[in-house]
Amino acid sequence: MLAFKLAYKNLVGAGLRTWLNVFVLSLALVIIVMTWGIVEGWNVQAKHDMKEWAVGGGEYWNEKYDQYDPLSLNDGHGPIPPEIAKLCSSGEAVPVLIVQATAYPGGRMRNILLNGIDPSQQIIKMPTSLMNGDTSVINAIIGNRMAKATKLSVNEMVSIRWRDANGTFDATEIRIAGIFHSNVPNIDINQIWLPLDELQKMTSMKGQATYIILKQGMTSAPTVPGWIHKGYDVLFEEFDKVIKAKHASSSVVFLILLSLALLAVFDTQVLSIFRREKEIGTYIALGMTRWQVVWLFTVEGAMHAVLSVVAGAIWGTPLLYLLSKNGFAMPKGSEGYGFTLAEKIFPVYGAGTIIITAVVIMLATTIVSFIPSRKIARMKPTDALRGKAQ
Amino acid sequence: MENSEIISVHDLTKRFPMGLSEFTALRGINLEFSRGEFSGVVGPSGSGKTTLLNIIGLLDNPTDGDAIILGNPSRSLSVREAAMIRRKHMGFIFQTYNLLPVYTVFENVEFPLLLLSMNTGERKKAVLEALAWVGLSDKEKSKPAQLSGGECQRVAIARAMVKRPDIVLADEPTANLDADNSHHILQTMEKLNKELHTTFIFATHDDKVISYLRRKITLVDGKVSHDEVLKP
Repeated sequence: MLAFKLAYKNLVGAGLRTWLNVFVLSLALVIIVMTWGIVEGWNVQAKHDMKEWAVGGGEYWNEKYDQYDPLSLNDGHGPIPPEIAKLCSSGEAVPVLIVQATAYPGGRMRNILLNGIDPSQQIIKMPTSLMNGDTSVINAIIGNRMAKATKLSVNEMVSIRWRDANGTFDATEIRIAGIFHSNVPNIDINQIWLPLDELQKMTSMKGQATYIILKQGMTSAPTVPGWIHKGYDVLFEEFDKVIKAKHASSSVVFLILLSLALLAVFDTQVLSIFRREKEIGTYIALGMTRWQVVWLFTVEGAMHAVLSVVAGAIWGTPLLYLLSKNGFAMPKGSEGYGFTLAEKIFPVYGAGTIIITAVVIMLATTIVSFIPSRKIARMKPTDALRGKAQ
Repeated sequence: MENSEIISVHDLTKRFPMGLSEFTALRGINLEFSRGEFSGVVGPSGSGKTTLLNIIGLLDNPTDGDAIILGNPSRSLSVREAAMIRRKHMGFIFQTYNLLPVYTVFENVEFPLLLLSMNTGERKKAVLEALAWVGLSDKEKSKPAQLSGGECQRVAIARAMVKRPDIVLADEPTANLDADNSHHILQTMEKLNKELHTTFIFATHDDKVISYLRRKITLVDGKVSHDEVLKP
């Protein structure tokens, strides 16, 4: 307790030098918390959007379907089994049929995926009801990325060509009935959404689906032969890898930032021990053991971190709160990155992140303070008193 | 009180390495100090005064011989035991005051008592009493930088005396002071010596200090050349 009291007095007494170190450390703390908050905010927001727009409460995949293998689309579909059909009719699931096709927007050729979905579905947020317009044509909807890439607009007709279940090519014109705006690129880039029954007719795949989207909040997923249930662990696997990579790359920046802040503390400690030799000698003459003085200087250095947490809380809390309310606007081009990214990211600060960051900074500062302080233990008190110990 | 032996030095030799050779600062010193003495080790620069005081103060170890402090042979003491003896039984007064600059006068004087884990009430009483001894009751909230040299040395005396130690070691306490301040602090120390029976040992070559001593030990080239009682 004495060491803490003395260390606090010494630290505050050191004036500007202390406050500069405290500011640099608090800057590191706030930036680390903020960056983690942005990544976590992105994670939370993206998963929320993916649930809302694409994966709902999980999916059943036809056993031959693989999301990452386009060749699996030829065989990766099948009749909707009765157990799932029951869920679909009760509004707890919606089937999706995927077929490879070619679109000819403005006469240009583009490989696309046709996605058939029930226009009356309420499982995902996609505005499928727009497909219910003019019944004389096939009404389709596309995402804004697709619209931008193909220069298609609402009410425009576009030719598509596909192969049916027997491998026969067929073609027709569809009307773009609506353009939706989603943060989830998987349902947008090179995707055209049309009514499921139309697609089933076009491909001679009546009553078939590639995968089934379940309603959010469904707690049980019955085992269905020929269909594999995919939970969030699988559906978010790729996105989790992106977040993990982002965390790793952020950690390098944090390490550099923290190292610079710790370097300032280390430098202060070295300078402090050099400049305060007489004081060290006096402490020993007054009856402190050398290790007590080492401890005093270590506590003094470590207290920079304690003060930085306080300072970080004082100036960082309003700033972080403001950012979490207003969010970070992402650059315009970010929608083409290929992963779920909102126009604005709202940071999410977890108590765990803040506590862990603060503890890491305190531990690192204590170690960095202890290293130069060990020198005191080797000092001769008589030399220290004369200021000639180093 | 004055006849009980408190410090005893036997065949004390101290050598310091100097490049490839050695410098002998003290050569076979034999001395005894009794409780309540007001003595001084005098001699020219380099005669070994400070080295002798450092060994008596358990801040340094002898090369040969031994110093027995309050019954404890210095050579057998661990660093921690030596620190404990300094903490409980010794006070130091330095030429350059060595006050802790970020502390107030009160806190500087309080410091030795904090090390003794004295409770707040007793501590405050002792500090105020010590400041009254040296006439600095009105400066308790000042920082050392706001004091004159004489006042700083008086704070150092209060800090050395506040725990009522058995021994006070003063190394050139008047070297940075003018004549008036020197006499003032010497009178203060002399008064405390008489009132509290504290043993004062000075290392000095200042005639003003010598004029107050009751015993003068003269060191020349690390040896005791004279050991004389000036006042009974």
